[in-house]
Amino acid sequence: MIDTAVLIPTGLAVGPLLGGLVSGLDRILTARLQSRIGPPLWQPFYDVLKLWCKEKTVVNVWQAFCAYCYVAAASIAVVLFFLQSDLLLILFIQAVGAVFLVVGALSSTSPFSQVGAHRELLQILSYEPLLILVTMGVYLETGSFRIAGIYSWHEPLLLKLPFLFMVLGYALTIKLRKSPFDLSTSHHAHQELVKGLLTDYSGSFLALTEIGHWYEVVLLLGFCSLFWATSWIGMAAIVVSTYFLEILIDNVSARLNWRWMLGYVWSMGLTLSLVNLIWLTIS
Amino acid sequence: MIKWLIEKSRIHSPWLLHYDCGSCNGCDIEILACLTPVYDIERFGIINVGNPMHADLLLVTGTANHRNRKVLRNLFDQMPAPKIVVAIGACALSGGIFRQAYNVVGGVDKVIPVDVYVPGCPAKPEAVIDGVVLGLQKFSQQRGAENHHAARCDHCQF
Repeated sequence: MIDTAVLIPTGLAVGPLLGGLVSGLDRILTARLQSRIGPPLWQPFYDVLKLWCKEKTVVNVWQAFCAYCYVAAASIAVVLFFLQSDLLLILFIQAVGAVFLVVGALSSTSPFSQVGAHRELLQILSYEPLLILVTMGVYLETGSFRIAGIYSWHEPLLLKLPFLFMVLGYALTIKLRKSPFDLSTSHHAHQELVKGLLTDYSGSFLALTEIGHWYEVVLLLGFCSLFWATSWIGMAAIVVSTYFLEILIDNVSARLNWRWMLGYVWSMGLTLSLVNLIWLTIS
Repeated sequence: MIKWLIEKSRIHSPWLLHYDCGSCNGCDIEILACLTPVYDIERFGIINVGNPMHADLLLVTGTANHRNRKVLRNLFDQMPAPKIVVAIGACALSGGIFRQAYNVVGGVDKVIPVDVYVPGCPAKPEAVIDGVVLGLQKFSQQRGAENHHAARCDHCQF
């Protein structure tokens, strides 16, 4: 009981703090890869605080409601992860949050927002089956959906689920809004859709979506850490190397269109998952 | 303490919107040069957003004319306060060499209130950055959502 009382505020606080720092580090590394110096590490916090204190303008009530729901769902997912709860439940709650973000964008009549929302729906369609397949693989190996059970497994999951980890990499690239799959919205300066999904979110509501994104980043990096849960060093190494690889991919690739994304992610993702699941079943 | 933090975050995170009113593209190229690795204005937290609803700074180049002043006014109105307008180049300041043309209203300040004037034909990237930094100092003077909404221009009919 005491553990729960401590873990809930810890999860709520660590999510945005760690997510913001990761985001700041991401921007610095991206700048260095492009021969620039880049902003300070605290830049994402400045951005969010500034947005929070801007004049409130909102297209309609639903948009504000959806922004709050997105943050609520993302933070609940992270808190449940800290409580070492059921992995499937966490993924479903995260998916509900993602859909609220889309509904918020669809509630405005701006064509940029509408097209961005439709692209985001296609992205959700691409990565959700993959995340469920990865979770299935984890269950087949450890016999548990509960994170407590997965963390106490005696050997690193990566040795038995290497292909499923690659599949998780595809889902990560989409979810972290990295090229080549940053169709709906992107962190970078310009794209053909202005800011896509987030075009009509402004001021404090844009800040809310950013905080929600930080929670999601922490959740997904936590998901990665499950694959080498036998030691702290292994966990840190796998999370850091995966994130660095994501930044590298982001900087060396161009954006694909949604047909490429759906075709490539589903064909490669489902094949790799199937191979790994058959391997698990046979051995 | 909170006020200080908010001011600091505003000064450290100005997102800019660039609008070309009909410039010869000389000033526009110089503005875009500021984003390249040579000048790298992301060091100061500046991002080129392309969306007025996310922007804090409006960088305007070129002369205001009877066609584009509605667009300029619309972009300005869509930006949530606090906001700063920086007029860049001779044309945006006064109409430049086009000032006597039949379709030209004049400088940008005939349509929207301008905070900083950056001269030059074209303005150098260093001058653009200098103008933006000068504009940022105004954030500490501008408190909340006032000023700009009251300061509508008399010449403007919108």
